[in-house]
This record gives sequence, C-alpha cells and structure tokens, in this order.
Amino acid sequence: MKISKKDVDYVAALARLEFEQKEEEKLTEQLASILGYVDKIKEVDTSKIEPTSHGFSGENVWREDTVVKSSEQTIESIFKNAPAKDGMFFKVEKVMDMED
Amino acid sequence: MNEIIKMTATELAEKIKTKQLKSAEVVQAFIKRAKETDSKIKAYMEITEEYAMAQAKASDEKIASGKETGALEGVPIAIKDNILIKNLRMTASSKILENYIAPYDATVIEKLKNSGAVFVGKTNLDEFAMGSSTENSAFFTTKNPWDTERIPGGSSGGSASAVGAMTAPLALGTDTGGSIRQPASCCGIVGVKPTYGRVSRFGAVAFASSLDQIGPMSKTVEDSALLLNVIAGYDKKDSTSINKEVPDYVKNINKDLKGLKIGLPKEYFIDGLDTDVKKSIDETIKIYKSLGCDIVEISLPHTDYAIAVYYIICCSEASANLARYDGVRYGFRAECDNLSDEYKKSRGQGFGPEVKRRIMLGTYALSAGYYDAYYGKAQKVRTLIKQDFEKAYEKVDIIMTPSAPTPAFKIGEKSSDPLQMYLSDIFTISCNLAGVAGMSVPCGFSKEGIPLGMQLLSKYFDEEKMFNVAYKYQQATDFHKQFPRI
Amino acid sequence: MNAKYEAVIGLEVHSQIKTDTKVFCNCSTDFHSQPNTNICPVCTGQPGVLPVLNKKAVELLVRTGLALECRINKKSVFARKQYFYPDLPKNYQISQYDLPFAEHGKLNISVDGGVKTIGITRIHLEEDAGKLVHDIGMKKLDYSLADYNRTGIPLMEIVSEPDMRTPQDAAAYLTALKSLIEYLETSDCNMEEGKFRCDANVSIRPVGQKEFGTKAELKNMNTISGVEEALVYEIQRQIEVVENGGKIVQETRTWDPDEKVTKSMRSKENAHDYRYFPDPDLVPVILDDDFINKIKKDIPELPEKRKQRLISECGLSQYDANVIISDKALADYYETALETASKQSDNSGKQIANWITTELLGKLNSAKLTIKESPVKAENLGTLVALIIKGTISGKIAKMVFEDMFNDGKDPDTVVKEKGLVQISDEGAIVAICKEAVAESPKIVEEYKAGKERAIGAIVGLVMKKSKGKANPQMVNKILIDLLKQ
Repeated sequence: MKISKKDVDYVAALARLEFEQKEEEKLTEQLASILGYVDKIKEVDTSKIEPTSHGFSGENVWREDTVVKSSEQTIESIFKNAPAKDGMFFKVEKVMDMED
Repeated sequence: MNEIIKMTATELAEKIKTKQLKSAEVVQAFIKRAKETDSKIKAYMEITEEYAMAQAKASDEKIASGKETGALEGVPIAIKDNILIKNLRMTASSKILENYIAPYDATVIEKLKNSGAVFVGKTNLDEFAMGSSTENSAFFTTKNPWDTERIPGGSSGGSASAVGAMTAPLALGTDTGGSIRQPASCCGIVGVKPTYGRVSRFGAVAFASSLDQIGPMSKTVEDSALLLNVIAGYDKKDSTSINKEVPDYVKNINKDLKGLKIGLPKEYFIDGLDTDVKKSIDETIKIYKSLGCDIVEISLPHTDYAIAVYYIICCSEASANLARYDGVRYGFRAECDNLSDEYKKSRGQGFGPEVKRRIMLGTYALSAGYYDAYYGKAQKVRTLIKQDFEKAYEKVDIIMTPSAPTPAFKIGEKSSDPLQMYLSDIFTISCNLAGVAGMSVPCGFSKEGIPLGMQLLSKYFDEEKMFNVAYKYQQATDFHKQFPRI
Repeated sequence: MNAKYEAVIGLEVHSQIKTDTKVFCNCSTDFHSQPNTNICPVCTGQPGVLPVLNKKAVELLVRTGLALECRINKKSVFARKQYFYPDLPKNYQISQYDLPFAEHGKLNISVDGGVKTIGITRIHLEEDAGKLVHDIGMKKLDYSLADYNRTGIPLMEIVSEPDMRTPQDAAAYLTALKSLIEYLETSDCNMEEGKFRCDANVSIRPVGQKEFGTKAELKNMNTISGVEEALVYEIQRQIEVVENGGKIVQETRTWDPDEKVTKSMRSKENAHDYRYFPDPDLVPVILDDDFINKIKKDIPELPEKRKQRLISECGLSQYDANVIISDKALADYYETALETASKQSDNSGKQIANWITTELLGKLNSAKLTIKESPVKAENLGTLVALIIKGTISGKIAKMVFEDMFNDGKDPDTVVKEKGLVQISDEGAIVAICKEAVAESPKIVEEYKAGKERAIGAIVGLVMKKSKGKANPQMVNKILIDLLKQ
C-alpha cells in the first residue's frame, strides 16, 4: 500500500496530531513500510470467516438502573486534574466551527 | 544482601502473618534496596515510600490486633504505572499524563488493598504500553538488571526489572501483545498473561481493549499463582470480564505431570531462532520428558499473519482509546488561542513518536474506505488464529514455545526501525489474539549470562494447569534462584 | 410550494430515554442538577474507565421499537463513532452502526383527513454529549465552558425513511411520534429541555423524477412548528436556487428561529469520516423471544387504537377524540373522569369531552398549566358532570361550580353544599315561589293572557332570581303555565 503525504496529512487531521515537517517525512516512510508489511493479510482467504472481536467474550452484560452518586471527593479529584476551570465548569478555548 | 529481599512473596506472606517478620521491616528492606539500585536500573517512575509505610503500619496493626488478614497482608508489590491507584500520580510514562493524579482505584488495586498488599512504587513502561523495551517511555529507559546496557523488555519493563533486581517480590504488568511475558523473559522472572476476561481491566489505561490483560510478575511460579488468586475474577465494572469461578491456583500446583501432552508449534521453531534460545528450549523439553510428559509437534498455521493482524487491531483500537487525551479535562495542554490548534499541539507534543505512529496507523486503518481491508479483514484472520489454537488443544494439554526469538537486545539496537521492533513480538502476540492464557518462565541463560524464557500457553481459563506445568519445571530447575549482581 | 417540484423529507429524532441513570455509568440523569455534579470517572472519560450498559435503556428502546412495528434484531452491537469535540469526553461517542436494536418499522400519520404511512429505518441507542456554555446571561464569553451532566444520558435515535413530502407531513409525523412515545412512557419528550430533538434531511426534485436531489441537513429546530417553518423556508430556498440555474450543495444548515432563515454551517462535501468500529469494551446484546415478548406484553393501548375505542364506546366525535388522544395525560384524564361519572350516572362520555374541550383546556391554556397541573381533578370533573345528568344542579349552575373548582381546587359536592346550590325540584316549594312571582308581576300576566306568550320568560327569570338560580327550570316553566291558565 502506497501512502502519500496527502494521506498522512488527512489522517493527522483526523487524529488531531501536529507533526513537524521532518517528523512527518520520516513517519510517511515508516507507515509505508509497516503498511507494506501488514498488507500480507490480504493473502488469506476469509470469504467464509466471521470476524472475532475478542479472544473470549460473553453477551448481555448489563446492569440495573440504580443511581450511584459520585462522592464530592471524587468530583473534586476529577476537577483537580483540569488544566483550566471556571467555577463548576471545565474551561476550554472557544469552540468554533472546528468539526472536520 | 538482606535475606528478606531474597524471599518469595509466599514466604514473606507467611512470615508476616505469623509475626516472624513485620510488614514495615519487609517493606523497608525492599525500599532500601530500591533506593540503592534504582539509580542504575531506573525501574520506578516513583517509589511510593510514604504511601507504602502507612499501608505496612496498618497491616502490622491489623496482625497485632488479631484481625482477619488478607492473602498478601503486608507484602510489597510494584505496580506498572498505567494502573490507577487513587490519589497517586499515574503517568502511563507519557508526557500527556505527566501530572495526572488518579481519581479512583483500579479494580485490581481495590482487590490488592483488600488482600493487604503494600504498594511500594509505580514502575516505568513504554509510553501507553506501546513497545518492547521501555525505550518509548517519555521519561527514561529502564535497564536490564542482568546487564544494564540491555533492555529489560517491555512494555512492563519497569515491573520486570523491579522484580528481577529484587526491589519488589511481586509486580503487576499489563500484556497486550507480550508486554508481561517478554520482559519477564528478559529479566529472568515469571510473568503471566491470564485468559482474556479473567482479570478486570477497569482502571488499567486502555491500549487495545480487546487484547489488554493485567497479570502477575514474580520470581517464582507459586508467587504468580498467589497473586492471580487475589486479582482474578468477574468485575461488574468490566463488561468483558468473565463471570467464572476462580479456582485456588496454588492448591493443585504440585500435581504430577505424567502423561501430559505438551505441543510444540512447528511455526515457532524457525530458521534464525537464536542458538542459545534454541538450546534452552531443547533442555526444557528434556526436563519435561523426564517428568513424564509427551512432547507433540503441532501446527498453528496462521502464525505468520499474527503480527500483521495484531498491529492493525491494536493500533485501530488504540487510535480511539487515546482520543480522550486532548488536554480538555486533564493532562498536558499546549496553550493556544483556538481549540483546533490546542488539540493538535497538545497531542502532537504530548505523545511520543511510537504512540503517534500507532495512532496514525490505526486512524488510517479505520478511515473511510479502508475498514474492510484492514480492521474487518484483521478480525477475520483473527478468527483463523483463534481456531488454530482450538484445534491444537484438541491434541495437546498445553503449548510450549520460546518467549522471545533472542535474549534481551542492547538499548538502542532496534529503536530506529519500528517494524524490526514489532517483529520481536512474534512469539507472544498470537496468545492475545486468541485470548488464551500464557506465561513466561525462566529457562536458562545465554552465553553472555542474559536470562532466557520459555512460554507456556494454556487453554481458555486453564491457568491452573499452566501454573502446575510451570511449577513442576521450577521444582526441577534453579534458574529462578539466580540473582543478578548489581 | 412551486407545483413543478416536490420535496423529499426524512427526519432523525433524538429522544432521551427515560432512565434514572446514564446509559454506561450509574450517574443520575436529573436535568435540574448543578453543572458537573452528575459526573464520575466513567462519563468524564478518565483513563482506564469502562462502560457498562444500562438494561433499562435497552428495554425502553425495544418497547418503542415494537410500538413502531420494528423488527428487533436478535444481535445488536455497539460501535464507536469518532470525532473530536470538547463536549464529548472520550472524543468518540458510543453508538450503533450496522447492528442497531430495531429496524424496518412504520408509523401512520393523519394529514388532510387522510392517512399516510411513514417508514422507520432504524432505532439505535447512543450516549448524549455534554453541554457547552458560550455565554453567561447577556455576556458572551471568549472561551467555552463544559458541563458533563448530560454526557452519557441514553438517547434513541429514530431515523425515518425519506417518506415525507411536505412540511405538514413532517409536523404530523413528529406530533404522532411524540404522542406515541408519551403513551409508551419511554421518553419525556420535553423539547425545551432538549429531550426530543429533531434534525431534518430535505431535498427537492421535479415532480415525476424518481432520483433524489442533493439534500441539506437542517439542525437547531427546537419545536415542531419550528421544524415545519424551517422546512417551508428551506424548500423554497432550494427551489429558488434551482430555478435560478444554481446547484444545491450537500451541507448542514442551521435554522435561525429569530430571523426565520436557514444558514449554511459548513459544506458537507467531505462527509465526516467517523471511523466507526465495534466498541471492544462492550459485548454483543442478544435479545431472545422471551425478552421481546415480555416487553410486548407491557405495551399500553396506543393512541390510534384508543381513539377508535373512544369513538365507538364513548360516542365521541372524530374531532373530540383526536383532541383527547393527542396527549396521553389528557386521555388518561378523560378516562378517569368518565370512570368516576359512570359510577353515578349514565351516558356521560360526550358531556365530559365537551367540558374538557370547551371549558377546561381554554382555562388551562390561559393559566399556562398542563393537564397534569389542572386544579380541577379528573374525578371532580366526572362528579360535576354526573351532578348535571342526575339533575342535582343545572348546567348553568354547573358553570359557576366549575369556576370555583378551577379557582380553589375544591370538589363539586363541597362547592354545591357550601353555596347551597342544590337545584330545587320540590314541587310545593317551586309553586310557592311561582305564586309569589305571579303576584308581583300583574302587568306581565296581563300581556301573557292577552296572547303574548313570550312574556312568560320574564316571570321565569324572576322565579330563578328569587330561588338564586336553584329552581329546576323545566319545572318552573311547567308550573307557571299551569298557574297562568287559572
């Protein structure tokens, strides 16, 4: 699989990652090499094979609809990690038209 | 050398419980050792002396007052720094979480607290558990206690090195593609990746959710069994943990192995296998034969695709799991005047190169038009890999392989070529893809005196048998009784 | 609308499922809490947390799906929908992709006296995002504030087929859907609190053309009439673009309810690349017949059926029945009143409906009260109507009584007793008052006897005045005629 600078730019934008130009050039090379390697799975005939999501898994794991309130301490410790806050809110740079 | 640090966790637990040793004394001995050696080894992100001494004191008081004690009452344990202990820093060895204080306890930590275990420190790892050498830690590289020029393996390199260097008798690691077993092998200790769903993942920083498991690391098989007794079991906070009874893993550990069928997958004994590794496995086979086991050649035909499947799946899952690190609610934030830049710069500067590489790979594999070719396809090949194991277990009770194709390599040797680094995980990855249990057990030394490990792979939820097979081997050998000179 | 074109409309409704806790953690869903008080490590996306599904949310969604005649999938799977936004702590939303809970349903709507069937494509379960605050009071902030109370509240997204052709269709669909959901009690449907939100996809095409035109997605309509207005505007806009030789671009447009226009948000040419993949933290949900049948049994009578019953059993007109069933609470009110009245008298169905549509609803409306807040309790309205039918009070008196009931919340018996309003039906007593009145009105008596029969009305009025309105009017009439004959 060939991967172009345009692909890398697109993926970096999706993943919200900024790279320096040199870093990006190296990355493009490395991704090409890794993708070249993983492409070998295309050899395998999987036409009649179901996908596996977990090595081992159950089903219908759910819980009852019962409220458990976080302690004030827990809420406080969640807030303590906030890079910026304002009263009872987490503070972020203004949200502008930034979706993709 | 203080005698205490040479003792096994099993011995320490017994001596503390019967008041022959005080927990405070034990903890102090290990911490002293850690303080003496860790400037060379650098296993720890943080030695949590104050926290540990408070816990040790509480254990000693509990024992003195005759209250009921837990299975690990007063016994020290080191915790990989991608597992949350409430009110302690948890970095995942990433700059993006450098100052993060855990707001809750992981389920395994709750269980360990209930068992009386004492947390002596948080250990270094490859950033977000992505790597095989700890060279990807944002802070420093941990050294192999047997040769400080070599890697301790990874990603649980800090935990492996801590146990190897006898700064803790027990440690917890996490294993997504070999991250417990490979460093255990490198550092001459035992490391266990339980069956997927055996141990709750709640409170372990997610890397690849469908592959991650927390597991024990220790000098002896018995100690790992003891530790798994404490941390295993269904957790209602983890939907992927399995509601299945937990046997006493220590109880049947000494059963006779006569007639046991051990499978050797032919795909694992390939050209280029290190001669010392090969020799150690040949010796191991001899020992098992002498214990009355039958050695059977088996085939795991899709082994060759495991690394490709693994990297597609783990990177895809990681790309989503690591999206939350954006500097909004916690973690590193690059101050910018608009949110779009803030995201890109916080993540661009907060993550190291390997993490970014994997996020990029995973994002690419899931992006429009590629799902079927990569993630979808990988999940199907994963089915074939799982079926390989199921078929193999129709013929044999357990599978044995080398844990790694070579002994621990030199620091810097492979760090420039990510693909070469990925290929070194070849023997440990299939186990996570299939979901079966696996462990690494010390099985010799290279010519240079570097530890080697063999890997045992058991059927689903058959850790009991796996421990039995490994324990009998340790009874017949003394590799686990060697100590590195630091 | 220009007769050359027809519109094609499909709606996506997000309705908040009525549970006490969020869909993947145990935090409360209370709307009125202080910001960031209904949060925990899970819904704020801390490292290491895992989601656990709320069973009630699944049950209520399935209940809705069954009422919309959907097929309930045996196997449902959650998927991660990935996009970065500060109201989304994990930067992915747990939603469903190719295996939602319910598919292929339908809903009948009434438009212009006819019935149309609108297809339901699917109903899937997903978690809500948090709330971003951009201003405090009138003050615009130059940053944003995040409140995660709403993060993780369960939503069912109900996606319709593009079966609607006019804004009126859309309004009728939303009204019918909202009413149905209220009947099912699976959501509060409170649009002001954002518990019932609607996005619309709309395109136009020349009448007769089969292919769909390029669609625009409309957002930010907060009322059903808002949806209707926005569609009217948008359809006209698209027609004008095409008529002027322009091309419709696929885009998201936001409705500005003040200016009454739709405005382009951002071109959707590069459709969002959400990188959906099955969430590895959750396991499949398998719903068997038992599960589904149990829910099916619990589904109450739905509006359409109830309407038919009210028409056939209670003798209501189509119009009254429509008014009464449009709101479940109102229909419940009606039936409670009817039940009370039926215990005391017969044939009260029509009269109760009249009282509700002509008196009660108007009064509630001007007092800005909902039917649930009505000061006149249903039982009391039933009793009032029974009192009229039994002849205890006249219709005229009943209006006075009703006034008091509405203002003071009293029951009719008390009002009637307190004010002494019981109708006088004792013949002797009425004859006595009538005689008095005749004696006091010689002039009128003369006119009557001279052949001006209408003059009797004045004497009736006098009798009613003397009896304070309580004399049975039919009896008064008859007795006066008798008296005047003499």
